[in-house]
Amino acid sequence: MEAHIQVRNLNAYYGKTQALKNINIEIPRRQITVIMGPSGCGKTTLLKTFNRFLELNDGASVTGEVLVDEQDIYAKDVDVTEVRKRVGLLAQRPAPLPMSIYENVAYGLHIHQMRKGKLEYKEAVKHYLEVAGLWDEVKKRLHEPATGLSIGQQQRLCLARGLAIEPEIILGDEPTSALDPISSQHIEKKLLELKSQYTTVVVTHTLRQAKRLADYAIFMYLGEVVEAGPAHAIFTNPQQERTRAYLEGLF
Amino acid sequence: MKRRWTRRRITEDLMKAWMLSSFVIVAGCLGLILWTVVSRGLPALTWEMVSQTPKGGFYMGKEGGVLNAIIGSLYLASGGTFLALLISLPIALYLKTYLGKSNWGHYVRLSLDVLWGIPSIVYGAFGFILMLALGLRASLLAGIVVLGLIELPIMVRAMDEVIRRMPADLEHAALALGSTRLEVALNVVSRQMLPGIITAVLLAFGRGIGDAASVLFTAGYTDRIPTSLMQPTASLPLAVFFQLSTPYPAVQQRGYASAVILTIIVLLISLGSRWISARLNKYTIK
Ligand SMILES: Nc1ncnc2c1ncn2[C@@H]1O[C@H](COP(=O)(O)OP(=O)(O)O)[C@@H](O)[C@H]1O
Ligand SMILES: [Mg+2]
Repeated sequence: MEAHIQVRNLNAYYGKTQALKNINIEIPRRQITVIMGPSGCGKTTLLKTFNRFLELNDGASVTGEVLVDEQDIYAKDVDVTEVRKRVGLLAQRPAPLPMSIYENVAYGLHIHQMRKGKLEYKEAVKHYLEVAGLWDEVKKRLHEPATGLSIGQQQRLCLARGLAIEPEIILGDEPTSALDPISSQHIEKKLLELKSQYTTVVVTHTLRQAKRLADYAIFMYLGEVVEAGPAHAIFTNPQQERTRAYLEGLF
Repeated sequence: MKRRWTRRRITEDLMKAWMLSSFVIVAGCLGLILWTVVSRGLPALTWEMVSQTPKGGFYMGKEGGVLNAIIGSLYLASGGTFLALLISLPIALYLKTYLGKSNWGHYVRLSLDVLWGIPSIVYGAFGFILMLALGLRASLLAGIVVLGLIELPIMVRAMDEVIRRMPADLEHAALALGSTRLEVALNVVSRQMLPGIITAVLLAFGRGIGDAASVLFTAGYTDRIPTSLMQPTASLPLAVFFQLSTPYPAVQQRGYASAVILTIIVLLISLGSRWISARLNKYTIK
C-alpha cells in the first residue's frame, strides 16, 4: 500500500477539550478509506484536519503533522488555498453557492484561473457535470439558480464543483446522510467510479455504507483510532474488542 | 366529524377576525391618505410645479414651482444616505465579525435601537446646537450630516439582520474550493447579502427624504437651488408644511401637490429597489 496522506502524532483541541488523541494513520492512494465510529468520536474533526478546515473554528488548535505526498500541510510556509485546492470536500449538507448551476461549477476554475476563454469554460463545466452524473438533468437549465435543484442533485453539483478544481483527494463527511436513498446510491456509485483516480476519504455512521464503499477502514472511538487496516480484514476479523463490539452493533 | 363550535375553533376564528380587521384598517388608512393627498393635490400638479423654482409671490399664489425643494430633498437624502452607508457597513460588519453574541454586541445593538427611537426633532436640535458651537449657518452639508445620523441606526440594524442571516455553510463551501478570504467576500458574501443591503439602504433613504423636523433647523429653506454644500437648501417635507400653513387655498393645494411629488419619489425608489433586489435575489440561498 502506498500512502497518500500520513498522519503523525496528531492532536486536535477545541479550546481545552481534546477531540483527537495522538492519531497515527496512513491513507492509501486511489482507494476509498472509510472512517467509522460512534457519534462524537472525532470523525469530522479528523477529516477537517486534512483540508485545514479545523482552523475555521475559533479556538481550535492542532499539533502534529499531516503529510500529503510527504509534505506537511501544517508547515509554516504552506499556502492554505493550495492545500484546499488539492483536497475537495463533500459536506454533510450540500451548500451550493449563490449563483447559477453553471457558475457553481465554473467558480473554482475561475478563481484558480484554470481555463482560458468562454469555450474552454463551457467544455469543462459540461465535462464535470457529466462526471457527476448531473449533465442530462441540468443541461437545459444551466443558468438557473442552483437552489432550484433537489437536494440530491445539489450534492452531485457540489461533487462536480469540487472535481472541477482537479483535486487529488476527495473528502466526504457523511455525504449521503441528508439525501434520500436513491440520491445516496447515486453518490455512492460515483465515489466507487471515481476511486481509481482519486484518493477518497469518507466518514460514515452507517455500517452498511462502510462495507459497500471501503477498501481501507479506520475505526475511531473517543478521539482515538482504535484500529485501521484493509477493509476486509477489519470487517471480518477485527483485532480489537471495541471494534468487534461496534461491528456487532453493540453501540 | 362535523365541525363544531369548540373553544379551539372559536379562538381561531376570533384571531382570524382580529388579523383581518387589522389589515383592513391599515389598508384603509393608506387608501384614505393617498386619496386625500392625490385628490387635493392633483389639480395643482402641473409641469410648472416640478420644473420651476418659486418666483416672487409664489407663497401667495403667484407663479413658480417647487423644483428647489425637489432637488434639495434629493441632495439631502442622497447625501445623508451615502454618509450613513459609509459608516453603517463597517459597523455592521464589525458587529458580526468581532462582537458577535458578546455583551458589547448586545450594548451596541441596544443603543442603536434607542437611537432609532429618538424623534427627529431632537436630532435637529442637536445638529442646531452643534452648528451654533461651530459657528456654522444652516446649510446643505449640515442637513446631510443630521440626516446621515438619523439614517444610521436604521441602516446598521437592517444590515445587521441581513449579515447575521448569512449561512456559515456558504463561506465554508467557497473556502473548501481554495478561495481566499477576499474572494469569499467579493464573490459569495456580497452576492448573498447585496439584495438585503440594498433594502436597508432604501429603508434609510425613505426615512431621510420624508423627514421635516431635522432639516428645519439644519438645512434651512430657500427658493434657490443650492450650488454648494455651504448654502442652505429647501426640502419637500418643509415645502408641504409651509404651503399648507398659508391661508390661501390655491397655495394649500400646491402643498398637497408637493406631497404627491414626495410620495411619487418614494414610490419610484421603493419600486426600483424591489426590482433590483428581485433580480439580485434570484441566486441567493434562502
Ligand atoms: N466546534 C466545536 N467546539 C467544541 N467542541 C466541538 C466542536 N465540534 C466538535 N466538538 C467536540 O469534539 C468531539 C468530536 O466531534 P466530531 O468530530 O464532530 O465527531 P463526529 O463527527 O465523529 O460525530 C465531540 O466531543 C464534540 O463535542
Ligand atoms: Mg460528524
